[in-house]
Amino acid sequence: MSTETIAADSASQAAPLVEMNDISIAFGGIRAVDHASIDLYPGEVVGLLGHNGAGKSTLIKVLSGAYKRDSGTIRIDGRDAEISNPRDAKAFGIETIYQTLALADNVDAAANLYLGRELRTRWGTLDDIAMEAECRKVMGRLNPNFRRFKEPVKSLSGGQRQSVAIARAIHFNARILIMDEPTAALGPQETAQVGELIKQLKAQGIGIFLISHDIHDVFDLADRVTVMKNGRVVGTARVGDVTKDEVLGMIILGKCPPGAIPGPGAIKS
Amino acid sequence: MTEQSNTGGPAASNEGLLTRLIRAAEIDTRMLGMLAAMLVIWVGFDIISSILRPGGGGLFGGSFLTSRNLWILLVQTSVIAVMTTGMVLVIVLRQIDLSVGSMLSIVAVATGVLQVFELGPMLGVGHPAIWIIAVLFAIVLGAAIGAFNGVLIAYGQIPSFIVTLGGLIAFSGAAFLIASGVTVAPMDKTFKLIGGNGPAASIGPVWSWALAAVACIGIGLAVVAGRRRRLTFNFKPKPVWAEILSVVVGCAAVLGTTAVVNSYLYPPRVAERFALDNKIPIPPGVENKAGQAICQAADKVVSCLDGLTFQTGYPIPVLIMLAVGLVMTFVARRTRFGRYVFATGGNPEAAELAGVNTKRLTVMVFTLMGALVGISAIIASARLDAATTALGTLNELYVIAAAVIGGTSLAGGIGTIFGAILGALLMQSLQSGMALLNVDSAYTNIVVGVVLVFAVFVDQIYRRRVK
Repeated sequence: MSTETIAADSASQAAPLVEMNDISIAFGGIRAVDHASIDLYPGEVVGLLGHNGAGKSTLIKVLSGAYKRDSGTIRIDGRDAEISNPRDAKAFGIETIYQTLALADNVDAAANLYLGRELRTRWGTLDDIAMEAECRKVMGRLNPNFRRFKEPVKSLSGGQRQSVAIARAIHFNARILIMDEPTAALGPQETAQVGELIKQLKAQGIGIFLISHDIHDVFDLADRVTVMKNGRVVGTARVGDVTKDEVLGMIILGKCPPGAIPGPGAIKS
Repeated sequence: MTEQSNTGGPAASNEGLLTRLIRAAEIDTRMLGMLAAMLVIWVGFDIISSILRPGGGGLFGGSFLTSRNLWILLVQTSVIAVMTTGMVLVIVLRQIDLSVGSMLSIVAVATGVLQVFELGPMLGVGHPAIWIIAVLFAIVLGAAIGAFNGVLIAYGQIPSFIVTLGGLIAFSGAAFLIASGVTVAPMDKTFKLIGGNGPAASIGPVWSWALAAVACIGIGLAVVAGRRRRLTFNFKPKPVWAEILSVVVGCAAVLGTTAVVNSYLYPPRVAERFALDNKIPIPPGVENKAGQAICQAADKVVSCLDGLTFQTGYPIPVLIMLAVGLVMTFVARRTRFGRYVFATGGNPEAAELAGVNTKRLTVMVFTLMGALVGISAIIASARLDAATTALGTLNELYVIAAAVIGGTSLAGGIGTIFGAILGALLMQSLQSGMALLNVDSAYTNIVVGVVLVFAVFVDQIYRRRVK
């Protein structure tokens, strides 16, 4: 009992925000994620790299509650966390911006911002006006040019939709943010905006998983990178300790360079 | 080049002005189109019937736009309209319920058996508790069957098309068994009033006007409250003229409808019975054999009862339809449940990821659908004064058609309660109108079917243009 408390206390100094240990998940006979481990510290951006189908989105969906893991443990703030659906994840302060944006296309920006956490009047009815007012404030910070508050998000541009998705993720005091290809649908200017935003959030102490197959983006923004291949972790490295070419080698060949800590997916040379 | 821009200029700015006006007032152009279509159909039927059979007393000399026909039209619409409000949510959620017709039959028959064979002998025929128990039973039974469908769909992961197709077949069989194949009749005398038959089944002119006044005040208060709320958040409110316009139009619709239902007078025979029942003196007329001053001479009935006019006012089933429409609009627009239904219909995955429990939501929507079928079953069996296995036959198709004509998209995520009720009214107008014109029911079916497809076709074009 006492040793455990001490361990927990000493760990809390530099406790990882998230530790995912030995996570496995299979669909049918295919092991989409195979004994993968990954961690994240407060104020840190961890880039998760790999080819399409490497298992990075699947691994991260285990954290966001979209998939249920077959085995392995998740610890948040050093404590075991049971995450079996998106509601559980949100309760731990985990917010996700999905590659597919995951917006309800037929309702407006405010309704999407508050989907699942609607503001209500004292009679229990939806407080649309208050939600729109809040939405105007949030969007004013993220995307000052945004004006189309009354339209269903279906009719918005890719960048505008992205701002709605990001607004939704950061508006509710997220501590852990998962961004799955956040710039895939965006132009250069909007991509730069997202980069700025990531730096701001990082400064606020939010931990961010940044999933991408664009190695340049990740090198600019991330503190560490973890590379996956065929569902397994090839290795993890501080961005300063490896070159882009070495990371490319990890992605393509599964070869772990000296500057990285090898994972189970690294080829033995 | 300059010439072109000159001729195009004024027209374009005119159109721009109209569009701007409509946008400023936040008017739903699609709804306007539907109302226009309804108007065309009504006027068309009245004019055609005036040509075929002049002297109908309608607005254009026909027999369609008479207070009597419109009153009956509203009553006939109520059964389908009540169910359609639920079907809108089902379809918005990207599901379908094909079983509502059979469900109506089974609920009506079970409720009929309960009140005629169980409660009647137990409590005594005409006991005031019978109708209350019967009504509660019908709604609970409907909700239970709906919940059963919903659980199979959400947790059994069987497509709703299959589950409810099975229900369509199975429930009608079960209804037949419950009724042992016979028609269950007559209904309890209070229960019967819910169907709108007879003088006591309408609320009369005074209450109707009172209700209309309350509705008008309600519209006014809602607009003022909405405006005040927008102002507290420093939003640009609608222009004042648009607010006033919406109050005026809303009030006019309420008062107009009330005037129509109030101007329908009881037919002489009904008026006579009503007067006798309520001991209202009948103006002196022809004496009958017993020497009583009541009007029984066939050719003098009308003149005798001239002084004896009773305005009907809103019939109970229409009030139920209006109440259901209001409540369901509130549920769809102002509650979290309604928001989730629409969001899930728009993107089920997104809703699930946002933390919406879509499985529970599905069960809730189907349960609500079932409860509304229960209400419709009450109205339908009360109106017929009997419960039969065939009572709900084909209703599922009319309900779905009404929802779709009313602008509900089968792709999910789009639909309004008001539109669906209008859709039900439009379909009933076609059926009643053609019945008035003595059109064979086979042709009526052809027309209704064509209108359904055409309405969706027009809707598609409209949506594409809006995009």
